[in-house]
Amino acid sequence: MATPAQIENLRKIATGIRINILKMLNTSGSGHTGGSLSAVEILTSLFFSEMKYRANDPGWEGRDHFVLSKGHAAPVLYATLAQAEFFAAEELSQLRRLGCSLQGHPSCVCTPGVEVSTGSLGQGLSMALGLALAVRLDQKPSRVYALCGDGEMQEGQIWEAAMAAAHFRVDNLCMIVDNNGLQIDGPVAKVMGIEPLWKKWEDFGWGVQRIDGHNLEEILDALATARQIRGRPAVIIAKTVKGKGVSFFENKVEYHGVAPSADELKRALKELEG
Amino acid sequence: MSSLKLTAKIVRNDCLEKPDPKALRDAYGSTLVKLGEKDRNVVALDADLSSSTRTSMFAAKFPERFFNMGLAEQNMMGTAAGLAKGGKVPFVSTFAIFASGRAWEQIRQSIAYSRLNVKIVATHGGITVGEDGPSHQTVEDLAIMRVIPGMTLIVPADAVETGKAVEAAYRYQGPVFMRLTRAKFPTVFTEDYEFQIGKGTVVNEGEDLAIFACGLMVYHSLQAARILAEQGISARVVNISTLKPLDKDLIVESAKKTRAVVTAEEHSIIGGLGGAVTEVLSTAFPVPVEMVGVKDSFGTSGKAEELLKYFELEPGDIVKAGLRAVERKKSL
Repeated sequence: MATPAQIENLRKIATGIRINILKMLNTSGSGHTGGSLSAVEILTSLFFSEMKYRANDPGWEGRDHFVLSKGHAAPVLYATLAQAEFFAAEELSQLRRLGCSLQGHPSCVCTPGVEVSTGSLGQGLSMALGLALAVRLDQKPSRVYALCGDGEMQEGQIWEAAMAAAHFRVDNLCMIVDNNGLQIDGPVAKVMGIEPLWKKWEDFGWGVQRIDGHNLEEILDALATARQIRGRPAVIIAKTVKGKGVSFFENKVEYHGVAPSADELKRALKELEG
Repeated sequence: MSSLKLTAKIVRNDCLEKPDPKALRDAYGSTLVKLGEKDRNVVALDADLSSSTRTSMFAAKFPERFFNMGLAEQNMMGTAAGLAKGGKVPFVSTFAIFASGRAWEQIRQSIAYSRLNVKIVATHGGITVGEDGPSHQTVEDLAIMRVIPGMTLIVPADAVETGKAVEAAYRYQGPVFMRLTRAKFPTVFTEDYEFQIGKGTVVNEGEDLAIFACGLMVYHSLQAARILAEQGISARVVNISTLKPLDKDLIVESAKKTRAVVTAEEHSIIGGLGGAVTEVLSTAFPVPVEMVGVKDSFGTSGKAEELLKYFELEPGDIVKAGLRAVERKKSL
């Protein structure tokens, strides 16, 4: 159980990450705002409480692995990695620029701390499964985390991986679904319905938890519970708000792939910095 | 036989008299077991075709390191990428059309872009799959794998080269796609042959014509060279088993020497070996090129040997192409 002081500290980190996401997106002029903001508390919990890693040695063999399967949320990953000191925060301003180390979607070739390259949806969970199998073969205690989008659940490969992870009884794998309910063309339910998600994952043999994806205590508890699940993979369906933290971005489908303007950034920072 | 100048030691000098057909996939299966014995990081994945691809041999010996991924090729490629990221050396097998086509984007995004150490050994390539027909044959795999940046693409000519190529793929760091077949191929090479990724091999020396071939077409090209020799045309036959990275030096050198070229492959003439060779020659040393391959069409059901005749992939077809190339050279 995290203490109130620890939670407060995580909350501050989350706000800092949110601010950096907005700043870097404003500087780059393009990128995915809504789906980055919805995952801030999830990444904050993973990188500043749950996971073992060494920022100065990203390939450290004892590390836990994180796969951002919803690769378009690269800004939240980059802001988190910078906060964790995998690289300098100044690099965030280079997002999406020619020759920079921060590609539009995560690249393990370019960016320290990025485990695998993603961006084409539906592929990350399979790679997380492969990592989990490798870890198990080596009898290492490491765990593997994958963050998927809810729209991403429409990809067939997700369900191939769902089947396989349960079949191989991979219990060092924990997937989190950023269930913000929106995708590019509109509400997930309208574009291509996927509910009831929890039931699908349960039927596929996974240990399912459902939480509020912005509540740090709930996230930390769910991650701890996931660690105790034996003989099957764990999934945490985290109900989130797209654009979370900035009132005029929240639940707005049009902010899926749009960066904040200078004026929007100013107003957003006012809300976040108080 | 005296009419040919087979490369001594590495090419069986009686290969045309005694073809000694062997299955490439058997060589793969047994080599994979050897690698598994040597290195506990070697793992294998298959998509419900392990008895056909021969990963079943590895599975029997190392069940804990074998993953049957079921009929889910996309997840199989992604899982292999993750295993490679985790320090394993995954060998991934299924039929060539499913490996290359069904999971192309997974190979591109999850494996090749990150230069992960995954070895895709695809069996049942080409049209010699036979009776199963066009759904299970592939004339496109070399084109769509070759275009992926950084991919290493290997098409062994026989069982001997297959075993050596599988070992070389294991030693190499990075993604590899290797195309094997269902059909047994005559044995061209002796055990003295040394396979090197990116190196072509002159298997028969000649001055009038260069035939670049891969897979079964290497043997057919030797048969063609013998027929051409009887007509007074000496053909250099070059095994281009690595389509990528391509042995450009050997291709240009052979073109300069002979000034007439034939390419021969069990694949579409679009985008495969013919495409690769002409890309090099058209910029470096343009000479007449004739392509033997499947002419922009799907396969069809039939016996392997019937299909080779139907799609004009027999030695006689290489001879005709050779004569055309030599004729064009004269008129230049």
